[in-house]
Amino acid sequence: MAARNATRNASRNTSKRATRNNSDAYVRMYRQMVRIRAFEDNANQLYLSAKMPGLTHMYSGQEAVAVGICEALEDSDNITSTHRGHGHCVAKGAEFKQMFCELLGKEEGYCRGKGGSMHIADQSHGNLGANAIVGGSMGIATGAALTAKRLNTGNVAVCFFGDGATAQGLWYEVMNMAALWKLPVIYACENNGYSEYTKTEEIAAGSITARAEAFGIEAFEVDGQDVLAVNDLTTKLVARARKGEGPFFMNLSTYRYHGHHVGDINRDYYRSKDEEAEWKDKRDPITNFGKWLEDEKIMTAEELVALNDEVRADAEAAVQYALEAKYPDGSEVTMHVFHEPA
Amino acid sequence: MREITLSKAVNEAIAEEMRRDDTVFLMGEDVAEAGTPFKVLSGLVEEFGTERVIDTPISEPGFVGMAVGAAMTGSRPIVDLMFGDFLFLVMDQLCNQAAKTSYMSGGKLNVPMVLRTNLGATRRSAAQHSQSLHALVAHIPGLKVALPSSAFEAKGLMKTAIRDENPVVIFEDKLMYNDKAPVPEEEFLLPFGQANIVRQGRDVTLVATSSMVQVCQKAAELLEKDGISAEIVDPRTIVPLDEDTILDSVRKTSRAVVVDEGHQSFGVTAEIASRIGEKAFYHLDAPVQRMGAMDVPVPFSPALEDLTVPTPEAVAERAGMICRGELVHAA
Ligand SMILES: Cc1ncc(C[n+]2csc(CCOP(=O)(O)OP(=O)(O)O)c2C)c(N)n1
Ligand SMILES: [Mg+2]
Repeated sequence: MAARNATRNASRNTSKRATRNNSDAYVRMYRQMVRIRAFEDNANQLYLSAKMPGLTHMYSGQEAVAVGICEALEDSDNITSTHRGHGHCVAKGAEFKQMFCELLGKEEGYCRGKGGSMHIADQSHGNLGANAIVGGSMGIATGAALTAKRLNTGNVAVCFFGDGATAQGLWYEVMNMAALWKLPVIYACENNGYSEYTKTEEIAAGSITARAEAFGIEAFEVDGQDVLAVNDLTTKLVARARKGEGPFFMNLSTYRYHGHHVGDINRDYYRSKDEEAEWKDKRDPITNFGKWLEDEKIMTAEELVALNDEVRADAEAAVQYALEAKYPDGSEVTMHVFHEPA
Repeated sequence: MREITLSKAVNEAIAEEMRRDDTVFLMGEDVAEAGTPFKVLSGLVEEFGTERVIDTPISEPGFVGMAVGAAMTGSRPIVDLMFGDFLFLVMDQLCNQAAKTSYMSGGKLNVPMVLRTNLGATRRSAAQHSQSLHALVAHIPGLKVALPSSAFEAKGLMKTAIRDENPVVIFEDKLMYNDKAPVPEEEFLLPFGQANIVRQGRDVTLVATSSMVQVCQKAAELLEKDGISAEIVDPRTIVPLDEDTILDSVRKTSRAVVVDEGHQSFGVTAEIASRIGEKAFYHLDAPVQRMGAMDVPVPFSPALEDLTVPTPEAVAERAGMICRGELVHAA
């Protein structure tokens, strides 16, 4: 099939030599991945100790995707996020305090407690929101790219979605228009292999990259556990998208470590413990990147430990803060139904 | 009588109908091995196989559309829509296609399908997983709408829905899946368009749907302490609507509060209250009261979410006010 051959395979990048002037960026990427993991571990604890209202979908295991991509973006670039959105939120520049406040429905949360886990977003860094409708943000991201083109802002938009979301018809409608109008949008499929409790290969026909290619959109396969590979590819695509060469599609293979949501604990019926162990033990994006930083002498083992400890302490302090923070006043319930310019 | 959960009641109804009629099949996201996120359908794929319990991709407009076509050609599909909020994705297939096929074909074609979904807030699931959208569907001629209020109704109405020759949308309250109620072991069906008088009373009629029946039962207990006797009428289906039972009750009590979990504006409470106003006006001693969910998207924060739906205390307070003549016009 011609379309398949056109699929680019982004080269794994970890064999490359680090360049000194990039070391700040590497450390930042490592830190951001650790921050996401720390956020999620605390979120899980909050759920298990019945301190968090509702459920949450954890991002642990997929950190290299959000971080590799968001580190290639400028602050003014847009992203759209999903029900599994904590990672995107952190990676696009959010702070722990307001995130934990949102998770617990407190007034100081990014959405003043109105959104919660599934709508968490720091809007001031270009995050257009996390979405509880699978595929629900595909139009929004493409529309942001339409603004970028019409107003010539130079921004790009990244649309994060899961493999399950590729079943939504909306994606095919907006890809068609994005391709016709050469919009600066990058569709980033976080392919963790599962849609809830079903292996996505059981409910997806043909090839996902070929679907994008059918619209004349360049499609790329990339190892979503390798933050440098993700970052490298995204950096190139962002530069090209800014020049009007978009849209693009990335299929990032990755894995979610936890259940579909925090309550999905007995999951043997749909995926094996061996499979989970294989990804966690051999392909962990944080462990592997940490090793690489050590090998490249960018960070020492002690520095890595210190960074981890510092981030964990930050997260725990933010949790404590959020637990003590106040709920929104009841009068807020009717606020914001319609937008009132400040 | 044995007591079973609402979840089990739905499961039994579907299993019985699938055993009875080969043309009945089920499809939706994670309905097979997973048995849905709420585990309502567990065990069905083991009995009926993947040919009749079909896991779909996350393509709601696609599989609802396919259900319409399958129903027009000799199948009786039950489509599982994981959250009522996803109705917005399938509106064309449901409202332009399924609802109108019988009429547009001059009665020559029909769509015997069931769309089972849910409603209900206070599960801390925020604005896109907490809506109660039954009024929206009830607005469209050609769709029947059932609102079971306990395991008993859930079973009886589901069986009737599956045998109906028309598209039926059935909304379960997602907070009630583990609630138990007495359900007969022997087979039974509950007819559409027949309300149930949940509780007899003299002073005020509480018309309550779905999740609000329990709320009104608690409200009635509170009212009783104040010497007010409340009657509760559960319409069970809002299309068709058993107007007679509601009107008879109001003519007896001369006061009514209509309680429903959909947004208050342009919804079920408006419809039922206006029918009471039109047809029982001269029997009324007080303006008919409406209590729905607030006209706001459902907020995540528990501190806000709990304010958005009617509570037993609020219903009792409002009913008490009209009974004591303290309220001439609603605030
Ligand atoms: C329109 C819609 N259909 C169904 C759901 C229920 N649901 C939530 S997440 C999910 C699976 C999504 O899978 P994927 O897109 O691969 O994302 P992942 O959870 O793997 O990150 C489903 C079916 C939903 N939220 N929205
Ligand atoms: Mg997935």
